[in-house]
Amino acid sequence: MQVEKFYYDNKIVKAFGFATVIFGIVGMLAGLWVAIQFYAPQSSLNFAPTTFGRLRPLHTNAIIFAFVGNASFAGIYYSLQRLCKARLFSDKLSWIHFWGWQAIIAAAAVTLLLGFTTGKEYAELEWPIDIAITLVWVVFGINMLGTILKRREKHLYVAIWFYIATWITVAMLHIVNSIEIPVSFMKSYSWYAGVQDALVQWWYGHNAVAFFLTTPVLGLMYYFLPKAANRPVYSYRLSIIHFWSLIFIYIWAGPHHLLYTSLPDWAQSLGVVFSIMLIAPSWGGMLNGLFTLRGAWDKVREDPILKFMVVAITCYGMATFEGPLMSLKSVNAISHFSDWTIGHVHIGGLGWNGFMAFAILYYMVPKMWGTDIYSKKLATNHFWLGTIGIILYAVPLYWAGFTQSLMWKSFTEEGQLKFQFLETVTNIIPMYITRSVGGALYLAGALVMVYNLVKTMAKGKFVANEAAEAQPLVREVAHKKEYWHRVVERKPLTLLVLSLVVVAIGGLLEIIPTFLVKENIPTIASVKPYTPLELQGRDLYIKEGCYTCHSQMIRPFRDEVARYGEYSKAGEFVYDHPFQWGSKRTGPDLARIGGKYPDSWHYNHMYEPSSMSPGSIMPRYAWMLDNLIDTSSTAAKIRAMQKMGVPYPEGYDKIANRDLMKQADAIAANLKKEKIETLSNTEIVAVIAYLQRVGTDIKAEPKPVAENK
Amino acid sequence: MSVIIILLITSISIAGLFLFAFLWGVKSGQFEDDYSPPARILFDDKPTTKTKTI
Repeated sequence: MQVEKFYYDNKIVKAFGFATVIFGIVGMLAGLWVAIQFYAPQSSLNFAPTTFGRLRPLHTNAIIFAFVGNASFAGIYYSLQRLCKARLFSDKLSWIHFWGWQAIIAAAAVTLLLGFTTGKEYAELEWPIDIAITLVWVVFGINMLGTILKRREKHLYVAIWFYIATWITVAMLHIVNSIEIPVSFMKSYSWYAGVQDALVQWWYGHNAVAFFLTTPVLGLMYYFLPKAANRPVYSYRLSIIHFWSLIFIYIWAGPHHLLYTSLPDWAQSLGVVFSIMLIAPSWGGMLNGLFTLRGAWDKVREDPILKFMVVAITCYGMATFEGPLMSLKSVNAISHFSDWTIGHVHIGGLGWNGFMAFAILYYMVPKMWGTDIYSKKLATNHFWLGTIGIILYAVPLYWAGFTQSLMWKSFTEEGQLKFQFLETVTNIIPMYITRSVGGALYLAGALVMVYNLVKTMAKGKFVANEAAEAQPLVREVAHKKEYWHRVVERKPLTLLVLSLVVVAIGGLLEIIPTFLVKENIPTIASVKPYTPLELQGRDLYIKEGCYTCHSQMIRPFRDEVARYGEYSKAGEFVYDHPFQWGSKRTGPDLARIGGKYPDSWHYNHMYEPSSMSPGSIMPRYAWMLDNLIDTSSTAAKIRAMQKMGVPYPEGYDKIANRDLMKQADAIAANLKKEKIETLSNTEIVAVIAYLQRVGTDIKAEPKPVAENK
Repeated sequence: MSVIIILLITSISIAGLFLFAFLWGVKSGQFEDDYSPPARILFDDKPTTKTKTI
C-alpha cells in the first residue's frame, strides 16, 4: 500500500502554548494579589474591581479556563494529531476555536472585574459568555471528533478516550448548570433556587474539577509521560480500566461539597460513598504513571521534564487520596469552610495541573522548534522553585485550616464560645503570609520558564507544518449480516453527537421550568419573597462577591448554633436564585445576620470595617455610600422572579419601585436617628435592607417543630 | 429536590453514552491488543522517503 505524506499543524499548538503562558502568569499574579489581601486588606486599593470578591473569581477563572484550558488544548492538539496520524480536521475550526476561547477569556476578565457575575463558583460568567462558551466548545468537539474520524491509525490510544470524555461531559455540565433567566444584557438569575441550585452547582463544580482539570490532563499524562521517558506506559490494561472506572464513578461525587448542609441526608451519603470509591481509579492512574518510570529513575535525575511529571503525578495521588478523606463526614466537619480546602485544591492546581502544563511546554517547545531546551539547569531551578512554592503554600494552609476550625469549635468550661470569630482569623495571619511567599516562589519559577522558553525558541527554527507519513486506514468490509450498531457507526459521528446535544438542550429547557416551578412551593409558611429593595441589595451582595468569604449556611453543630443561631433549613432558601451558601469562611457566616446589628453598624462597617471590628481584614466598600441603586432594573427583576414561580402579586413589577423607595426611606430615616445622613437610594441602603432580612423569616412565627431533646 | 431527577437523567444519559462507547470499543477490538499501542506511540512517523513521491 502507498504511504501517504501529510503535515502536522504546529502553528495552532504554538498559539495555544503562548496563551497558556500568558494567562498562566496573569492568573498567578491575580492569585498572589488576593493572597496578599488576606494580611494587607488595604491592597484592595479601595477600588471595587480590585477587591477580593471580584479578584478571586478572576483568579479561579483565569487559572482553570485560561491557564489549564489553553494548556490542555495545546497538548490535545499536539498529541491528537500524532496519535491519529492525521492533521487536525480543519485549520479554520482550529483558529475559530483559538480566537473564540481567547475572546471568552478577555470578556471574562473584563466582566468579572466590573462585577458582572452569576454568583455561582467557577460558573460566574454571565449568560452571553455562557452561550459563547457553548459554541466554541462545539467547534472544539467537531474539530477533535473530525480528526479522530480521519485518523490513519485504527486503534484509539487511551489518551484519546480521555479527550472524548472531557468534551462530552463538560458540554453537559456547562449547559445544565448555566440554565438561567436573563434579566438584562449582563444580568441573569439561576433558574434553580436554594437547595436545588446548590446541588446543581456542586454537581457541576465537582465535575468541572473532574472533567476539566483531571481527565484532559490524565490524557496528556498518558501521551507525554511515555514520550518523555521514551518507554511505554507501565500497564496499558490498567490505563483502560482506569479510564472507564474513573468516568463512571466521578459524576456522582458532587454532594460531598454539601455535607451537613440543608441538602437531604441521603444525597449527602450518596456523594460520600462515590467519593470513597474514587480512590481506586485515581490511584490506578497515579500508580500507572509512576510505574512507567520503573527502571528509568536515573532519567528522572537528569531530565527536568520527568521531574515535573513525577511531582505532578504524586500531587494527583495525594489530592485524590485527600479528597475522599475530606468527604468523610467526620473529617468534613473540621475541614469544610476552612483553609484546609484551599490547601487541598492547590495541591491539585499548583502540583498536578501546573506542573503537568510546565512539563508539556518544556517537551513541546524544543520539539516544534527543532532544537534542545536552552538551559536544563534553569528548568531544574524552576522545578525546585515550584516544588518549594507548593510546600510553602499548602502546609501553612493545612495548619491554618486545622487551627481555625478547632478554635471555632472551642468552648470554655462555662460552656461559652472560647474565641470571637475575628480572633480565629488574626491567629492564622502568619500562615497567610507564608502561603503568599509560597505562591510568589511558584510564580517566580514560572517566570524563569518564560525566559527559558523564549531563549529556546530563539535558538531553534519553528516548524509550522511538520512532515509525517503513514499508511492510510483500510476500511474493513463487513462480511456477515450487519449489526445495527455497524450502521450507526458509519453515520458521521459528529452528527450523532451534535444531535444528542441539541436534543438534550431542547429537552432540558422543556422539562426544567415546569418541573421546578411546582417544586418551589414554600415549605415554611413564614418564608416570604424578598422585597424589591432587598432583592436589589442581594444582587449587590452577589456583585461584590461577598460569597467568596462569607457562607450562609449554619450547620447543625453546637458551636455554629451558639455562634450564629438556629441551624439553616432547606425551606428558607426557596426564593434564593442563586443560592449563596458559599464554601469558605474568611468572615463569619451570615445566614442569621438579619437583626443582629443596628443599621448604623452595617453602614459604618461597610465604610470602614475596622472601625466596628478592629483588626478586621475585610476590604472597605466606601463606594456603596455614594453609588445609587439602579431602580430601572427592578421591574425586570421582579418579572424574572415571577417567571420562576416566586409569588409576587400579579402586576407587582409596576409598583415595585414604590415599595422599594418606601423601605429605603425608612432605613434612611433610621440611620438619621443615629446621626448618619444618607440619600435613601444609595447602594448601602439596599445592602443593609438585604442583610437585615437574611435568616429572619423563620423567626416571624413560633417555631412549628419541637426543640431537639 | 426534584432537580435531582434532571441530574440523574443527564448523568445516566452520559453514562449510557459512555457505555455505548465502551461496548463499541470492545466489539471493534480496541482493547484486544494491550502490547503494541503503548509501544507504537513512541515511534515518530518522520518521513523516511527522501523523494517527493506520494
